[in-house]
Amino acid sequence: MPGPEMNPVPTSIRAPFTGARFISLPASPWLATFPIALITAIPVVVLLGHLLHPDQAIWHHLWQFVLPELLANTAWLVLGVGLGVSLLGVSLAWLTAACDYPGRRFFAWALLLPLALPAYVTAFVWLGLLDFTGPLATWLRETWGIHWLPPIRSRGGVILVMVLALYPYVYLTARAAFQGMGPRLTEAAQSLGVPRWRAFFRVALPMARPGITAGLMLALMETLADFGTVSVFNYNTFTTAIYKAWFSMFSLPAAAQLAAILIFFVFVVAVLENLARSRRSYALSTRSSQMPARIALKSWGAWGAFAWSAAVFGLAFLVPVVQIADWAAGVYQQDFDARYLGFAWRSLLLSGLGALLVAGLALVLAYAQRLRPTPAMQFTARIASLGYALPGTVLAVGIFIPVAWLDNQLIDLFGLERQVLAGTLLIMLLAYCARFLAVGFGPVESGLSRITRSVDEAAQSLGVVGVRRLARIHLPMLRASLLTALALAFVDIMKELPITLMTRPFGWDTLAVRVFEMTSEGEWERAALPAAVIVLVGLLPTYWLIKHTEHAHT
Amino acid sequence: MHRIRTSLAALALSLSTVTALAAEVVVYSARNEQLIKPLFDAYTRETGVQVKFITDKEGPLMARLKAEGANTPADLFMTVDAGNLWQAAEEGLLQPVNSKSLQANIPAHLRDPDNQWFGLSVRARTLIYNPNKVKPGELSTYEDLADPKWKGRLCLRTSKKVYNQSLVAMMIKEYGEPKTEQIVRGWVANLATDPLPDDTKAMEAVAAGLCDVTLVNTYYFGRLMEKKPNLPLAIFWPNQNVKAKNAGVHVNISGAGVTKHAKNRQEAIRLLEWLASDKAQNLYADVNLEYPVNPKVKPDPVVAAWGNFKQNLINVAEAGRLQTQAVMLMDRAGYK
Amino acid sequence: MLTLEHVAQSYGAKPVLKDISFSLRAGQIGCLLGPSGCGKTTALRLIAGFERIKSGAIYLDNEVIARPGACLPAEKRRVGLVFQDYALFPHLTVAANVGFGLGHLAAADRNNRIEEMLDLVGLTHEAGAYPHQLSGGQQQRVALARALAPRPRLLLLDEPFSNLDVELREKLSLEVRDILKHEAITALLVTHDQHEAFAMADVVGVMNEGQIQQWAPPYTLYHEPANRFVADFIGQGVFLPGEVLSDKQVAIELGVLDGRIPGDCASSGGCAVCGKGCKVDVLIRPDDILHDDASPMQAEVERKAFRGAEFLYTLRLPSGHRVLTLVPSHHNHAIGEKIGIRLDIDHVVAFRSAE
Repeated sequence: MPGPEMNPVPTSIRAPFTGARFISLPASPWLATFPIALITAIPVVVLLGHLLHPDQAIWHHLWQFVLPELLANTAWLVLGVGLGVSLLGVSLAWLTAACDYPGRRFFAWALLLPLALPAYVTAFVWLGLLDFTGPLATWLRETWGIHWLPPIRSRGGVILVMVLALYPYVYLTARAAFQGMGPRLTEAAQSLGVPRWRAFFRVALPMARPGITAGLMLALMETLADFGTVSVFNYNTFTTAIYKAWFSMFSLPAAAQLAAILIFFVFVVAVLENLARSRRSYALSTRSSQMPARIALKSWGAWGAFAWSAAVFGLAFLVPVVQIADWAAGVYQQDFDARYLGFAWRSLLLSGLGALLVAGLALVLAYAQRLRPTPAMQFTARIASLGYALPGTVLAVGIFIPVAWLDNQLIDLFGLERQVLAGTLLIMLLAYCARFLAVGFGPVESGLSRITRSVDEAAQSLGVVGVRRLARIHLPMLRASLLTALALAFVDIMKELPITLMTRPFGWDTLAVRVFEMTSEGEWERAALPAAVIVLVGLLPTYWLIKHTEHAHT
Repeated sequence: MHRIRTSLAALALSLSTVTALAAEVVVYSARNEQLIKPLFDAYTRETGVQVKFITDKEGPLMARLKAEGANTPADLFMTVDAGNLWQAAEEGLLQPVNSKSLQANIPAHLRDPDNQWFGLSVRARTLIYNPNKVKPGELSTYEDLADPKWKGRLCLRTSKKVYNQSLVAMMIKEYGEPKTEQIVRGWVANLATDPLPDDTKAMEAVAAGLCDVTLVNTYYFGRLMEKKPNLPLAIFWPNQNVKAKNAGVHVNISGAGVTKHAKNRQEAIRLLEWLASDKAQNLYADVNLEYPVNPKVKPDPVVAAWGNFKQNLINVAEAGRLQTQAVMLMDRAGYK
Repeated sequence: MLTLEHVAQSYGAKPVLKDISFSLRAGQIGCLLGPSGCGKTTALRLIAGFERIKSGAIYLDNEVIARPGACLPAEKRRVGLVFQDYALFPHLTVAANVGFGLGHLAAADRNNRIEEMLDLVGLTHEAGAYPHQLSGGQQQRVALARALAPRPRLLLLDEPFSNLDVELREKLSLEVRDILKHEAITALLVTHDQHEAFAMADVVGVMNEGQIQQWAPPYTLYHEPANRFVADFIGQGVFLPGEVLSDKQVAIELGVLDGRIPGDCASSGGCAVCGKGCKVDVLIRPDDILHDDASPMQAEVERKAFRGAEFLYTLRLPSGHRVLTLVPSHHNHAIGEKIGIRLDIDHVVAFRSAE
């Protein structure tokens, strides 16, 4: 009756100790994460190298005339966007994950769609619609003689538009957290006499904190790194100073120094957040994985929820897309040609491969951290996530410099004719990882934190460990988180510009490159065509993501 | 369909010529694809020489050239302003080219005194006003826009754009820093609204009556009027009747230089010469409603209709040399 | 079968286990019983292989599975585990959960074994259900079936019934014992609940502060506790002051008791023989005191708890000390009433009083 493994284990005492694996176990997760962290760490170190050569004159000038205002602007922006994306993201996530109201099924995935729009395109659309010269202001002026409209080119305007563009990060991660939570906790709270809506604040919200924070960190890192959107409003932030030092004052060192300050700040925040979070456990026992009965909203509650969802969807997606479609239709005859097949194909290929790589590396990183939750490991993981906080062009240069250096060494060593690394798909994909690891890491990490340790141990005690345990237990349980990571990385790479520009092979233009070619000469209407195709291509994974995550929980 | 056929033809051509003529030239260009590709295609048809190019912003392209060093694949570096070409030369990324035809076709003030780079088209920065609110007689010079009579009537694009940086740099060259700073402060004091993100928005603000006058590159004016010919906008050439030695409309260039480590130096020079030649100049400038740099070539009829003007003759290299100073000056003056 | 030798463990400077030694014979069900924080779970995790041992050794089937610097990984130990939270895999059906550790078997054998196991725990009809569709008791049985399916050499159960209500707990613990005995499984249970321990285990180790206070069958623990902690922790009872008269006799308020005296030296070690005149505390269990209306010894009913078949009375002795007694429930006395009692003690349990 006993199977092959049922035979008595050899009684020799030495037998279990022959392999070196017992000794190497603590080191092996490190061996996996270290190279991943290097992908981001190398560009960062290259930039930090510039710290050794401070440019006195430029620093003095920036400090005296530029930075005070920009720091204040940046602080306001971070504060405003942080509050805004939390409010929109969490409220909509809760409504679509835990409640039922007219249109919920549609909004559940539609509310993610703004992710497919490059934020600076949304910004340009809104500026065009709401500025003094726009149709609304013109209509008010000419029909009603009203000359005043809240100025869109203002702090409030930038914050509003960025919130509309970035809330989906929080929405997505918070939603996954709410869905993974199940009903027991809120039910327990209710049984203790806490009304359901307060149970949300006292139980569901705190429990969802890792997810919400993961999305919030992404949104804020993108806010800090953004240049395109704030430029549309001519709202100067810390990133403006970075580009001013580089492009206008021709000092890449000064730009790199400013960028180093930026990522140091982000790093400190990330570490503090991590510390605050690591003191609590957010794991849930498996018995509460049951989906709650949705709260069926009634009358004004239902319509309120509908109106709120519809308003956000309309402002963040529908209006910009209608405008983009209108512009695109205008230039379609003139600009659309067979080359668009190539643009779209390359965008899809890069985004697809890049997303797989990002999600894969994020999984390795998060998993290693779970196996060995040491400070060194957490440090490594934080480093690897920093690329998202750097202004894209600065990171692109940080990546290109070491790649070019390596190429030159290889050329000298082997007498090669030309570069073998720069302009290859491999370097391009690695560069995307340096930028977007955070996007994959956040969801995967928070997903893993919701799997109890006893589940790991149960599998282990049944003889299933390592890759087999990953494949049979963690991957299925992480399905929703991995899909989230994939979809986020996919749409982000689809929109990505500076790295694509800097590392693409000759002739490898993508949809995003098309948008760049047009917008950099101010031809926004013509940029609408590739932007519209980006939205169309981005629709598919977004829809697919939500359909699958819905399914994973029912 | 037409495009498919031409690209198939190009593909066939490239396949057939790959062994016969390996000649190619590699361009790093900050001038956008839609503005250069028609030219390069024409060049390939005419000469059989393949042109490979990568577009990006100037800063990253220069960082790239620097990092690649002696092994750079780039032969030609192309920009849309003089400042960045000057900076590329300053950083030793370009090399001098002695070409009779380039010197003959390009006026002296639109190329590098050391022949490291050459202007290929002229971008004139001029005044655009609302004829319903301003009489042309009220307008005179860039400096005059600092006069209190324009209070609340001026719109400007952001100082972050290199075109404005070049303009102010040239003013520093002409008037010195203190006077220029005074002028810029005057502009800022006269602004009707915060600086706008681009030239088109600035013109739309003028047309909508938010302000009366603004400063733009002419091709933006051409493009906007093509789309909306009824906008109340008109062009004015400033600094035409000023006594100063260098008086005239501020011009910038888009241009190019041969890289220091060009592997196809001769091909790069030939392409450069071709771009400045009579037959290519219209193709180069007209696609974006710019002015040909070659004085023998007439501009596009649309452009020609705006009338003739006297250019400021200070060498555009000064725009690069004084750019950092100009940026700092604008920061001090509160021009955002 | 399972042997622990001088096992010690600490987290940082804080010792969690100090010198634990015990063994289980094949087919025996052992239990580590103790209050939370006593180190019992750590011992379980060391045996399972989830933690690395700091000193001592653990043997399974005469093979070292853990010693400092080297330990057989958990997945190679063939030690089954039932977790407190069951740790069922939420994405797998009941059958797939049970079959999870049977990857080495051919499909047909695997299905047979799954069926066998589900039959054993009475869940044949739930094979296709997902864990969240089951009740707590059913989930518990799935966890047991899953752990038993690969025929582990040893089964560990971590507070297996703590998530269930009392009634279900008793029923299931007897049921699980039957299953384990039927399958001749060697098992070690960890719990803080003595009813669970007594219902399941052949032999129980009472733990406190990282040490095993006594390793004995339940009966012995109850009637011959090795020290004051065990006496206190196991069962109910009170201590009455007494005085040693000889090495066979001790006097308390209720009379003179005959027996071996004192019992204090068994496990804590180092105590001197308590000679004549020595002051001791004598353990009086509720079943040591019988209700006897004829007895001249009277005590006042202070509190009473109805337990169906019997009452548990708290009685106040003339000295003011209190004792407990179990009385059949037809003897219903009012609070404040005086009733007659007498002692019925088989063996004396007494410990030296702390002076």
